[in-house]
Amino acid sequence: MEQETPKLQIEIPDFCVVALVGVSGSGKSTFASQHFLPTEVLSSDAFRAWVSDNENDQSATTDAFEALYSLAEVRLRRRKTVVIDATNVQEEARKRLMALAKAHDCHAVAIVINVPEYVCIERNKGRENRDFGAHVVHRQVRQLRDTLKSLKRERFRSVFVLRPENLDACEVTRTPLWTDRRTEKPPFDIIGDIHGCYDELVDLLTLLGYAPNDVGVWSHAEGRRAVFLGDLVDRGEKTVEVVRLVMAMTKAGNALCVPGNHDIKLMELLQTGKGNLNHGRALSMAQIEALEETERERFKSDFITFADSLVSHLWLDGGRLCVAHAGMTEAYMGRASGRVRSFALYGQTTGEVDEYGLPVRYPWAMDYRGTAMVVYGHTPVVEAEWLNNTINLDTGCVFGGKLSAMRYPEREIVQVPARKTYAESLRPLIPNTSEEWAVPAQWQHDELLSAQDILDKKFVATCLCGNVTIPAENATAALEVMSRFAVEPRWLIYLPPTMSPCETTNEGLYLEHPSGAFSYYRNTGVERVVCQRKHMGSRAVVVVCRDEAAARKRFGATEGHIGQCYTRTGRQFFDSQELHNGLLQEVQEALTRARFWEEHETDWVCLDAELLPWNAKAQGLLREQYAPVGVAGQTALRSSVTLTEQASARNPALAPLLAKLQQRQTDIEGYVEAYSRYCWEVPRLLDYRLAPFHLLATEGRTYFDRPHSWHIEALARVAEESEILLATEYLAVDVTDTDSEEAGTRWWLELTEAGGEGMVVKPHDFIVPASRGVLQPAVKVRGREYLRIIYGAEYTEPENLSRLRARGLGAKRSLAMREFALGVEALERFIQREPLRKVHECVFGVLALESEPVDPRL
Amino acid sequence: MILSITHTGENATDLGYLLHKHPDNVFENNHWFGKTSVFYPVATEAQCTAALLLEVDPVNLVRGKQRSFTLEQYVNDRPYVASSFLSVALGDAFRTAMNGNCKLRPELVERKLSLSAHIAAVSCRAGEEMIRRLFEPLGYTCEVERFLLNHRFPDWGEATVFAVTLSGELTVQDLLTHLYVLLPVLDNTKHYYIAEDEVEKLLQKGERWLAQHPERNVITQRYLTYRKRMVQSALEKLAPLVEESAETQDEQDTVNEAQEQKAETPLRLNETRLQAALEAVRSFQPQAHRVIDLGCGEGNLLRLLVKERYLTEIVGVDVAVHTLNRAAERLRLEGASEAERQRLKLIQGSLVYRDARFSGFDVALLLEVIEHIDAPRLAALERVVFEHALPRRVVITTPNADYNSFWESLPAGQFRHRDHRFEWTRAEFEEWTNRVGTQYGYKVTRQGIGAEQEALGCPTQMAIFDKVSHAEREEKSSGARDTKTTD
Repeated sequence: MEQETPKLQIEIPDFCVVALVGVSGSGKSTFASQHFLPTEVLSSDAFRAWVSDNENDQSATTDAFEALYSLAEVRLRRRKTVVIDATNVQEEARKRLMALAKAHDCHAVAIVINVPEYVCIERNKGRENRDFGAHVVHRQVRQLRDTLKSLKRERFRSVFVLRPENLDACEVTRTPLWTDRRTEKPPFDIIGDIHGCYDELVDLLTLLGYAPNDVGVWSHAEGRRAVFLGDLVDRGEKTVEVVRLVMAMTKAGNALCVPGNHDIKLMELLQTGKGNLNHGRALSMAQIEALEETERERFKSDFITFADSLVSHLWLDGGRLCVAHAGMTEAYMGRASGRVRSFALYGQTTGEVDEYGLPVRYPWAMDYRGTAMVVYGHTPVVEAEWLNNTINLDTGCVFGGKLSAMRYPEREIVQVPARKTYAESLRPLIPNTSEEWAVPAQWQHDELLSAQDILDKKFVATCLCGNVTIPAENATAALEVMSRFAVEPRWLIYLPPTMSPCETTNEGLYLEHPSGAFSYYRNTGVERVVCQRKHMGSRAVVVVCRDEAAARKRFGATEGHIGQCYTRTGRQFFDSQELHNGLLQEVQEALTRARFWEEHETDWVCLDAELLPWNAKAQGLLREQYAPVGVAGQTALRSSVTLTEQASARNPALAPLLAKLQQRQTDIEGYVEAYSRYCWEVPRLLDYRLAPFHLLATEGRTYFDRPHSWHIEALARVAEESEILLATEYLAVDVTDTDSEEAGTRWWLELTEAGGEGMVVKPHDFIVPASRGVLQPAVKVRGREYLRIIYGAEYTEPENLSRLRARGLGAKRSLAMREFALGVEALERFIQREPLRKVHECVFGVLALESEPVDPRL
Repeated sequence: MILSITHTGENATDLGYLLHKHPDNVFENNHWFGKTSVFYPVATEAQCTAALLLEVDPVNLVRGKQRSFTLEQYVNDRPYVASSFLSVALGDAFRTAMNGNCKLRPELVERKLSLSAHIAAVSCRAGEEMIRRLFEPLGYTCEVERFLLNHRFPDWGEATVFAVTLSGELTVQDLLTHLYVLLPVLDNTKHYYIAEDEVEKLLQKGERWLAQHPERNVITQRYLTYRKRMVQSALEKLAPLVEESAETQDEQDTVNEAQEQKAETPLRLNETRLQAALEAVRSFQPQAHRVIDLGCGEGNLLRLLVKERYLTEIVGVDVAVHTLNRAAERLRLEGASEAERQRLKLIQGSLVYRDARFSGFDVALLLEVIEHIDAPRLAALERVVFEHALPRRVVITTPNADYNSFWESLPAGQFRHRDHRFEWTRAEFEEWTNRVGTQYGYKVTRQGIGAEQEALGCPTQMAIFDKVSHAEREEKSSGARDTKTTD
């Protein structure tokens, strides 16, 4: 491939390893700087300098190359071209470079710079510190001469030799690899393994909206293109017809096609006459032999040309889609090598053989974590199912199954049944236990999450707040909680965010007051807010399905489970299984009676709620913390007051102290009253109350686009259907209207003076975008008495209150926003049927962020 | 918090001389944690009562510069109960008396008076019994008042807060030093870091009585918040003073494991279990090189495994980072050589998440681990271990529920440990191990660990799963299938 013309075109793949070959002083670096990005060029001199501060220190050569190669590895992994600027005149050096290219499944090209020896010697003399003598250059020139002879057999993709006369008159052009077809744009209709099932193919194309044009080539009126996943031939009755149809469509630009292993085997048989006739190949041969001779020969030669031209896999649509016969891993996408081709044709096998004598296939899709959707075939399955953003469209048409297509980007599956069974599969298509198959493949896989998906520092991309960082140390804390206490991850599709209090009130008797919440929203441009009664219980997320079958289908639940009710840290709410089941059943029945399932066209729902009484969950906290403090305070202050009373009778100077102690006594009584109010005995299920306030999600949708008033009213209708369900009261307030605001404040005073916890103020719309992320989805305004159980019985004493006002809300608010974004993201991913690990990383993130140190009183 | 000291009898107001505080005055003092006042509610010839009122500043406890390390909860009993704050206040207000000085009436110092002390609120998780154990040997009559946690909810039971009145014939100095040392011992929470001089403080304040106190070990441990080295040093200094007859009992009341320990310790079951596990590693053929302890806790088993020199890689996995830190400390990983650190690794991991780091081991051990996993998540553990980690041998131990009835201290139907999510009978264990073995291609053998009781079996049950190799499977299915080629 030597090129001697003065105007030299150097055409290289746009992703490759470029070896510059030439003796020291031949001008390699100058050439490289003219034709490549500075970051693409890895020069041995530069690396010698990196490791030793001296680019001529020959003793640093070994280390320099080690560093050079490790950087080259990283670049190639990231699919970036590297130019290796070293003499490369020894075969050893070039071997290492070839191995590098091979390990990253790309091509290597060589650009030789061949200038006369005296020029190099002169140049080296002119360089500072380049003190090696002419004998070194002379040796390199000799090695270069050998190199020029051996290069051709060294399996470089291309070799370009530049002489002084064309060194300045050449141009490097870059072309994409054949597999890199990212510029091809959808829409596509991707079609699974056909195996000679021509009639079904016609049925399917017709169903997809294709029709033959006047010369008999199938095309789509709207310009959609078909993508064939290979295995066009063998086993079926009309291999020749299928091949002709596909070839014509491909030639006309109406289709793309990747090769299947059968197509390649048949091509080899036709080319060489060698190969076995197993696996339905005999049928194909018979069909070809039955053709009239000239037609037959033309068919053979056309097919050979066609099959030979097919590229192992195609990387399409800006990198969002990858099609290959047997699948593709992310590391191989858009690359080229023997193993990439082999993966595309045969997939990955474990080397073992199963009970039917077939190779055991390695479930590569299980470990697939790529962003590109992979659509493939090869292994017949009963149903085309999603697994980690991959889908197998070989639904075994030739074995009497279906011929399947997927509309892309719509992700819609279109299928036609086989007209008959053309061949028997060695391995039964339908697995032995039908029960096992009632649980979708994604669930079977998802059941087991991987630690590597959640540990270490992670960035979770959210639609509301961009990337949310989950620091590694937070993840370790969450791992323990998740593993030891949380419910099965399948149910954990949402965790609620923490909630910030309103701005601190700086005067009067209050620490929190509605005016703080109203002004927050007013200042951020929100006019309408809702004030929602804050029930004093424990947060509960309730997932309920219409029936067991729905629970199994959507959540992969085991027998006897219709849902889950868990706390804000992901723990099952009730320890008692009886209460747990009872509550879920009660909610389920209420939803059924309210015709909720029909109204929302769903068979499951996820609700955000408060479960009362407080002692239902906080029994431990009450007995260990709240009650003992109350008892200690009561007895200590009772005694203090008595003794001080006696003493002040003897010494009037103690009167102010006595008054203060009496006030403290009132405070502690207020505290005991405050916490006792949220407790009641709960011997039966009917003694509990569940107050749902967010209708978070149902099949295929979330409700973050609906205002809060809609949520509360929709749930109030359900609440009417059950004794234990409690509707949540609310009041709409216009924060630009003083009267309206006053009404809100009055309502809060009424609620809290009657012993209520307080209220939550939310913007009218569920989500309000802000300059950075979103506004606080809610702020709480807690009652004066209630806050005794948060800030301590005596927080209302003026000297305490004044100090407590110095509280910063920034950290809490930032946390609330990030957790909210993660929670919303979790549900969005769940309803879009993303793999569980994608949902789990969000809820895991919420739990991880909760371990951040933030004042727990906020 | 208020503490009052009453002297009854002739010249009751002598108490004022002894305490160095005139009964007609009010004495105030400020500390970072609050304010103290001393005043006299009663001062007659027949009775004299001095009160020490401590007003703890609850806001400063969490906000002040002198951040206290023990108080994480904001709603807490510190302002109300007798604690180390009270000791500090007491030591400060009555320093002179506590040191046995009385300038004006030195003859009173050694005089035994009829004294009583009333402590309005004592928090003592160990209960009324502990109060009596500490004070009665010193000659007090204890009157202990108990309270319901909440009178509206009698079901919640009684609080571990008590009002205590101690009466006896003794010197004021003794009364004060007793209170100084024993009030924080009852409370068992120190508000500050324990410094070295804490041992000296204890010995000095207890000089006159601690060595003879039958509960001196408990007192020392609690006073020094269980710092092993300091406790030992204090006890060594006390030892020469201890009378021969005194008998004491060690206390282990803080450990969460108390119940499990109490039930099992007599049998040295833990030791036996570790030996059995070790044996399962030793007997592995061909010799094991890489072992993984899944749920290693603080490294009891790892300590033994390290001594097995043929092991080239030992990995301990636990889900709790703080537990791993303790294990690293106990295994002295910090100072270990690079080679040793390569050989023994501790990693945080979970048995319900599949983890590439668990793969490639000869033997995996799960000692007393599975019963800490919620039953619905056991399926995940099975897959993590048997499908993904895929060691050649798996060793699992778990309690035998049949045996529980043997322990009288264990109420029927209760588990051995608070965190156990289930305990299996032998039949249940057999069923589970057989099923898992069949499903994942492991051969199972089971054995009991610990002393066997008729009809109940052994306290611990162990199963060893050995991976049935490909070759063995082939052998089993006689008349080897002809291997078909395919594509």
